[in-house]
Amino acid sequence: MTQRARHALIWAWTLAVLIFVYLPALCIVLASLTSSRYFLFPIQKWGLDWWRKTFASIEVHQLFKTSISIALLVTAIAVVIAFFGALAFARYNWKGRSIYQKIVLLPIFFPQSVLGLALLLWFNALGLQMSWQTAVFAHLVWIIPVVTLVISIQVYSFDPTLEEAAFDLGASRWQVFREVTLPVLLPGIVSGSLFAFLLSWGNFPLSLFTTGADTTIPEYLYAKMVAGYTPGVPVLGTVSTFGAAFILLGGYWLITLRRANQLKDN
Amino acid sequence: MSANRPAFALSSGLTYALPLLLFLLVGFAAPLLAVVGYSFMPSRSFGLDHSPQLGNYAEIFSGNSYISFGWSMLFAALTVFLLTLICYPIAYGMTRVFGKWSPVITLLFTIPLFVSENVRLYGWILFFIKNGVLLGTLKNWFGIEPEGWLFTRPMVLLGMVYVYLPFMLFPMSLGVAMVPGETRDAALDLGASRWQVFKEIELPLSMPGIIIGLLLTFVLAVGAIAEAKILGGQTIIPITHDIEIAFTYAQNWPLGAALSVLLMLVVGVLVLLVLRRFDLDAILGKK
Repeated sequence: MTQRARHALIWAWTLAVLIFVYLPALCIVLASLTSSRYFLFPIQKWGLDWWRKTFASIEVHQLFKTSISIALLVTAIAVVIAFFGALAFARYNWKGRSIYQKIVLLPIFFPQSVLGLALLLWFNALGLQMSWQTAVFAHLVWIIPVVTLVISIQVYSFDPTLEEAAFDLGASRWQVFREVTLPVLLPGIVSGSLFAFLLSWGNFPLSLFTTGADTTIPEYLYAKMVAGYTPGVPVLGTVSTFGAAFILLGGYWLITLRRANQLKDN
Repeated sequence: MSANRPAFALSSGLTYALPLLLFLLVGFAAPLLAVVGYSFMPSRSFGLDHSPQLGNYAEIFSGNSYISFGWSMLFAALTVFLLTLICYPIAYGMTRVFGKWSPVITLLFTIPLFVSENVRLYGWILFFIKNGVLLGTLKNWFGIEPEGWLFTRPMVLLGMVYVYLPFMLFPMSLGVAMVPGETRDAALDLGASRWQVFKEIELPLSMPGIIIGLLLTFVLAVGAIAEAKILGGQTIIPITHDIEIAFTYAQNWPLGAALSVLLMLVVGVLVLLVLRRFDLDAILGKK
């Protein structure tokens, strides 16, 4: 096989897998655009009725509020802890680093449903009442390690001599941090925040066991899928798919824009 | 430690690591210990204030939970196998073929990761269901009405392959990116065949990333539950389902905890065995 044919084959395969990946999302979008109560394909009556109904529902407003509160709080806490965690992971050479790196990975290499149950038992043993706040804690247990890895990848390409130069020029520790470390690592922090927000927004297995009486969007959708399907399910599904795509593309665009500006400045 | 520093001073690394380590102690280590503790409590108790006993483990080993364990392991292994074949060409393409398109393709594979697993699996229901996208099209355009494929075992496998694809693809791509282009070109110049280059150079040098991908996918797939529930319609009962039943309908937390401990043992041993051998700096890109 020539190189060209091989490359064409790899392209074709990748595109086929991408279609496979996006096929269910497409079905969800289609199903949200029907006016009838049940999904029949080809669609007889197109319409946005279910979009209107879903967005008018007070229950759905409450779901959004819960999900967004959790995701925002998770993002804020995760990014701060993970930022320092990433410096320890990739920037400094210290005695326990190799073990530390592996400890950070453990929650990621762990079935989430079991982690959710473990946290339920733990909260229960502590006598805590489950609510969206306990879910924030639960999300953090696996989102902090993920964000630490994401920021670490940026930290690996960080040149420590920049910090040393600033110190030599008489900058204080805080100045070095604010003027050198933070700006250089900003792209990593941005992508870390995106990961934190979106992973919390879409999480189901951890929320299932730890939200108590509060309900997030993925939990609500699951309950509706199992019993009581309405086209409101695909509407919410579509919103969360496009929401994710939108936030991610926006973040990607911001990072590339910044990089282009930096190149121009230099 | 230098003499002019006080004896209790921590290294910079440890100082920065401390918040994360403390959090994982309270949020990860302690809950796992709680599970172990509950697994030794008498059946159907809800507190940790009884004297420990082994009844739950006896119940598991005399029952038929091993069937659920078997299904979970088998399907996780099949998922890993299929994903290795599916993802390698794409991971290879990311470093060698796609060029400037590579970030875009990475992004396209990332987006679904952030949409709740349930929503995406539900899309497959809409695709395969009677009068859904596939069967509705076949009926309307070609007049054929095949039997539905929903709620069968291959469907569960499809769901798992679909959900865990990014977890194989990304570590694998990191692995393939570790293969130096010069080594490859040198081998080709010296007359190695395409197959030899793959077998002797590309595969061994990208192995760290590939193994991380295998491990991650297997561990997550063993814990899968939604696929069997949403797409499988009870044709498979994974171990996670048994655990969930123990915690919900059966209201038998200690039994559920004991099942979780066994699952954690399998996962833990595997993860520790594999991770111990890895230099994470090399994989994540320290120059």
